[in-house]
Parts: sequence; C-alpha cells; structure tokens
Amino acid sequence: MQSGINVILAPEKIGSLWGIPITNTLITSWAVVIVLVIISFTISSRLKMIPSRFQLLFEWLVEFIYDYVAETLESRELARVFFPYLATIFLFIFTSNLLEFLPGVGSIGFFAAGGVFTPLFRSVNTDLNVTLMLAIISFFTIEVTGIVVIGVWKYGGKFINVTHGFIPFVVGLIELFSEIMRIVSFSFRLFGNIFAGETLILVVTYFIPFVGPVPVMAFEIFVGFVQAAVFSLLTLFFIKIAIMEPHGAEAEAH
Amino acid sequence: MDLQSSQTLAMAIAVGFGMIGPGIGIGLIGASALEAIGRNPEAQGRITPLMFTAIVFAEALAIFALVVGFIVKFT
Repeated sequence: MQSGINVILAPEKIGSLWGIPITNTLITSWAVVIVLVIISFTISSRLKMIPSRFQLLFEWLVEFIYDYVAETLESRELARVFFPYLATIFLFIFTSNLLEFLPGVGSIGFFAAGGVFTPLFRSVNTDLNVTLMLAIISFFTIEVTGIVVIGVWKYGGKFINVTHGFIPFVVGLIELFSEIMRIVSFSFRLFGNIFAGETLILVVTYFIPFVGPVPVMAFEIFVGFVQAAVFSLLTLFFIKIAIMEPHGAEAEAH
Repeated sequence: MDLQSSQTLAMAIAVGFGMIGPGIGIGLIGASALEAIGRNPEAQGRITPLMFTAIVFAEALAIFALVVGFIVKFT
C-alpha cells in the first residue's frame, strides 16, 4: 500500500484566536452547542398547558429520568440540584456522537502544509481534551458534593482512616487512589469507544467502500448512546456513593 | 526491527493481552447478574445498578491496558 489508512490521534489545528488554538473538534462542539440551543428554544417556546403528543413524549422522558435520579439519590432536593447537570452531560455527549454521522463531518476539509488532509469538522469525543474536561468536571462535582453534603471531616475520613486500624487505612488509601483514577477511566472510556469507532469505520471504508460502513455506523450510533448514558449514570452512582455515610454510621442507623 | 514497527507491535500485544482478563471478568459479572435476576425477577431494579458498577470497575482495567498501549505507540 502506498498510502495506508490515515489515523490521527490528536485533533488538527485549523487556526488560532488570540493565542488559543482552534481545532476542528472545537468547531464541531460549537455546532453541537448551536444544535442543542436551537432545539431547546424551539421546544420550550411551544409549551402549552394541554400538551401535544410531542410535548407529552418529552415530558414522559424528563419525568422518567428525573424519577430515576430521585430514586437513586433518595432525595428529591438532591435530584433537583443534579438533574440539570446529568441531563446536560447526557445530551451533549449523545448529540456529539450523533453528529459525527452527518455527511461532511470528517470529509469536508482542506490539504494543510505537508499534504495531510485536515477535515474541518471532527467528532467531538475523539478529542481527548474534551473527554478529559468532562471527566474533570464530573470529578469535581462528585468531590464537592461529598464535602458539602456530609462535611469535610467525614468525607475525608472515608479515605484517610486513622482510627480503625491498619487494614482500613490501606483500604482507604486504595479508595483514594481509585477516586483519582476515575478521571482517567471516565475520559478514556468515552475517548476510546468513540475514537475506536471512528477508526473502525475508516478501516471498513477502506476495505469495503460504500456498503461496509453502514452496519458499523448503525452499531456506532448505539455505542454513542450507551456511552453517553454510561457517563451520566456513572456520575450519578458516584455522587450517590459520595454522599453515603461511612460504614460505622451506616451500621448504627440500622 | 526499527522503532516504528516495534511500537506498533508492542501496542498490539499490550492491548490484546490486556483485554483478556476484563473480557472474562465482565462475562462472569453479567452471567451471575443474569442468574440472580432469573432466580428473583423482582430484584431486577436493585441488581442492575450493582451489575453496572461492577462492570465499570472491570472495564477500568481494560482501559488502563488501552492507555498503556497508546503511551507505547505514540510516545
């Protein structure tokens, strides 16, 4: 093969604005934001007291997810606080994953210096910066929630466990390490799934053009939905774990 | 063997071997969760989140292998 399959890990830089590099994933994420804003404004401007069927569908979806969040967190006030964040994360990731199948994303571009093809739009979650950003935001949400809800000493006491003996101390340190590794696992799970999907579509297109990518793309739509749901579900579960009392107090409550 | 090809080979080996354990692990988790649901279909609402949590921990190890593969190939 003279020129093989061109798989580029890092997003390509299109230009720069006041010293900040503008990559093609940044441009695509602006497109995602515009799509979400347009959809939300169109729907919310047409809300009626007697809902149409379309509005009923959205109300049912929102209620379903809201009830699930409230049931997991066991508190409707906490659900009220966290539901916007979790739903936004899900919508952002899901829309970005859907947008990568729009014709033009990945194929419209120009030839940069050096003969390398630079697409103007690139799927947002194939950029490790984006997934790392989402993971860090989720991490800080979880930590700050734990500290605010059960207090600094109790929350810190879950990890640095000096009173109960040596083994709980080691377990606490392992839990601390696992908390920090969550950033890595959140970001790389999403990045790996979406980037591997893009690479798979590229490889299949190379071998069976026009027909091959179709079932792969259908599968990738499903994977995109699952990864978006997994990201927000995991944030929800980790928030629930963070606001749980440490083991001693829980045993007393029973 | 030059550096490029040995990097590619190393990534393939790292990711390939690294996926064996988590693959088996997630299969075992799913199997036991399904068996538990089969014994007691009403407990599905409580078993499913726990199954997801366990799968997440097992998958994290697979992701560590993937990260090592990326580091080996691209650095």
